[in-house]
Parts: sequence; C-alpha cells; structure tokens
Amino acid sequence: MNVLEVVVTLLLVLIAFLTLPLLVGQMEHKAMAHMQARLGPMYAGAFHGVGQLVADGVKFAQKEDVLPERADPVIFRLAPVLGLLPYLVAMIAIPLSPTIVGIDSDLALFFVLAALGVAVLGPLMASWASANKFALLGGMRQAAQLVAYELPLVLAAASVAMAAGTLSLIGIVEAWQPWWLLWQLPAFVVFSIAALAELSRPPFDMPIADAEIIMGPLTEYTGLRFALFLLGEYAGIVVFSALAAVLFLGGWSGPGPEWLGVFWTLLKTLALAFVVIWLRVSVPRMRADQLQRLAWVVLVPVALGQLALTAVVVLA
Amino acid sequence: MSEPRPGLRGFAQGMATTFKQMTKRSVTAQYPDVQPELPPRSRGVIALLEENCTVCMLCSRECPDWCIYIDSHKETIPAPPGGRERQRNVLDRFAIDFSLCMYCGICIEACPFDALFWSPEFEYAELDIRDLVHEKDRLRQWMWTVPPPPALDKRAADAKEWTKASQAGAEE
Repeated sequence: MNVLEVVVTLLLVLIAFLTLPLLVGQMEHKAMAHMQARLGPMYAGAFHGVGQLVADGVKFAQKEDVLPERADPVIFRLAPVLGLLPYLVAMIAIPLSPTIVGIDSDLALFFVLAALGVAVLGPLMASWASANKFALLGGMRQAAQLVAYELPLVLAAASVAMAAGTLSLIGIVEAWQPWWLLWQLPAFVVFSIAALAELSRPPFDMPIADAEIIMGPLTEYTGLRFALFLLGEYAGIVVFSALAAVLFLGGWSGPGPEWLGVFWTLLKTLALAFVVIWLRVSVPRMRADQLQRLAWVVLVPVALGQLALTAVVVLA
Repeated sequence: MSEPRPGLRGFAQGMATTFKQMTKRSVTAQYPDVQPELPPRSRGVIALLEENCTVCMLCSRECPDWCIYIDSHKETIPAPPGGRERQRNVLDRFAIDFSLCMYCGICIEACPFDALFWSPEFEYAELDIRDLVHEKDRLRQWMWTVPPPPALDKRAADAKEWTKASQAGAEE
C-alpha cells in the first residue's frame, strides 16, 4: 500500500461514514413518522424532506457553545469526539465485499469490537464532566447497562468467529454458509439485543430516558457537540448493523453476479438498521431491573449455550 | 384491535401494529398547502350584515365578555305628505374585539334581525392585538364568506319560519 492508496481508502471510509448515518437518520425520520401515522419532514430539500438532516446540522452549527460553569472543560469537550471517532475507526475494518475494505486484518473482528468498546466511553465521560445530576444519573445507568451487555455481545461474536475458525471478517463471510442462519440464530439474536443496548437505543434507552432524566449524559450539550453525539448514535447503528450483517447474515453472499456483493452487504445493513428503528417505535423502554435481568438471566446463558453448541459442531 | 398481550406475543403484536400502520397512508392534514374542509356552521369569524342591523343592542348586551362595541345616532326622516316624522337608528360603529371574543355565538343567537352570521374563515391572525378589533367594514366583508345554510337532515322537523308560514296560510 502506498500513501496515495491509504489516503483514497481513508477518504472513501470518511465519505461512507458521513453519508450512511445520514441515510439511516433520514430513514428513521420517515419510517418512524409513517409508523405513527405522521408524514415526518416534508419541506427541507426538494423531495419529502430529504434535506432535513442537513438543515438540522446547519441549525446545530449556529447554536451557542455552552460550557457549564462547574464542568471539566477538557473532558467535556473531548467526550463527543470520543463518542464518534471510534465508530469511524471501526468502519475502516468492516468489509463491504472482499475487495472493498479499508484494512483487511486477521484480527478485524477483535479490532472492531475493541473500537466499539472505546466508543461507549464517550457518554460516560460526558456524564461525569457535565457536573450535572441528571447527566450523572444517566452515566450511572449507562455504565451499568454497558457492563451487563458487553459480555453477551462479545460471546455472540466469538461464537461466529469460532465457527469460521478466524477473526478476519472477510474470512468469516467466506466461511459462512446459509445454514449458519439457523445454527447461529441464538447468537444473532443475542448480538442484536446487546448491540441495541450498547447503542442505548430504545427499548434500552434508559440512560438517556428523556422523560425521567432529561437527556442523560447529553443533558448539558448543545450545538455542534450535541450534533456529534447524534451523529455518533447513527454511526453506531450503521457500524453495528454492518457488523451483524457481516457476521451473521453472510455479508456479500447472495444471489446474482459477484459485483452485486457490495449491494447485498449494504442492503442487509440497511435492513438491520430499519429493524433498529422499527423496534424504537414498537417497544416501550425497559426498567433498570428488567435490563439487568434480560442480560444476566437470558442473554449470557443463551450466548454461553450457543458457544458450547458451536464448539460441539465445529469439533464433531 | 385486540387487547395487548404480555411477553413475546405482545412484542410480535406491537411490531405488527407499527408495520401495518407504516403501509397505510398518513392522515396528516397538510394545512398551509391544502385548505381544510370545514363543516358548515364552523365557528371561524362573525360576519355582520349591516343592512339588517337596527341597533337594538341585544347582541352587545348578551355578549358574555362584552366584546361588541356599538355606537349609533338617531336620524329623523322628514314626514311624507299626509304622514308624520319618523325616527330611525343609524349605525355609526359596530366592532367586535376578537381578542376577547370566546366564539360562544350568543350574539348570533340573540340577533332578532339576522344581522350576524358565522363564517368558517379563520385566518385572521394579527401581529398587533389591537388589530383584532374588526370594525363594521371588515365585519361586513366577512359576509361574502358565509356559506348558505346547510339543508335540513332527512326527516328533520320543518324550520320554524316554514311552520309559522304554513300555519298562517291554513288559517286564511
């Protein structure tokens, strides 16, 4: 790889990073609206509010930059960046097809999960640095939720890695066969639920529960920093959906010629992102005890059982 | 729609409900782009048919929050040959303060001479509250927006005027 190739690759990843979350955000606007018998944004942009998120971005950029008096200025400013950048880093290693990938590494899965583990620190830092009781409460909830759901997430991902015998994401997709859909179904369900919880998306949005604690860790944030957190949320949806599509749904494998593979990956990713939105509209928020119960009583045992099943099938 | 159920079935039911809703057309009223279809008798604004007003002041006395202002003077009509002079009321000012009006419609009910009417027009917001006092010219202009009264429902009782007129006809 020469320098030019690296620059072009990173530029492409950056473009994907800036467009896919907007696509998901727009889908959320419109799909959620229609599920609630509304129309959603209709004016911004030329057609059915396509420019709404751009308009929102411009609005956020115009807002005052507020720093709470007793906040920790450095951490407060760093938190939104830390909540967003790891998703960009994770995106580099997620392949859309055997050739379209930022970095093809033998440790890609490990790398992505590590990056995603860093991303969740953003809200925690935000909550502590804000010097605000609601932010702190939200941060506590977030921490409890992350501790509970990181384990099943990693266990479910480990099951696929074990089945494929590699940590390379391209290797996993190449080893993938359609019957894995059934074999790895429990892991897929566990991974999806845990990913939702990692993202604090409804029904796992207790950390930011706006009816109880305003906006949780984001209470004190406005303007561009808040926009960064929002972008981080949607980037997180994209990254987790793409990861799940690659790990469990066979990525670019699908009917049709080989060059269609990219679109299969994107289609699967967007379908999963749609389910994330769909769940947000359909399911009420879970309580703290329900969250912990689901993680420790259901997800962890199911993930461990799946791991054992995978091991038995692989060794047999 | 059936009762919500607990557990996984309830979850599936919720997901199905939202998905079905998404496939249906939204019923959102596109108001500024599409004017609403208001039913007849909508209480939008009160119109004044100045020609019918006799300055009897019933409307302004019945008004619960006193938002109707009426000024008038008496005019003497010269006596016709063989008759005597008559006096009649001339309306100088008739104004309704729509910042006070609570749209109860009592003035319209109270008017014995059919000088006040409901109009369904509702787009008369103002930037200055004082502009919400509509003087008689403006109230007269609203008359053009008053729809004809809707036809009576089938098998409804005849209108009072009609009953009276037909009774009078029968007595002759």
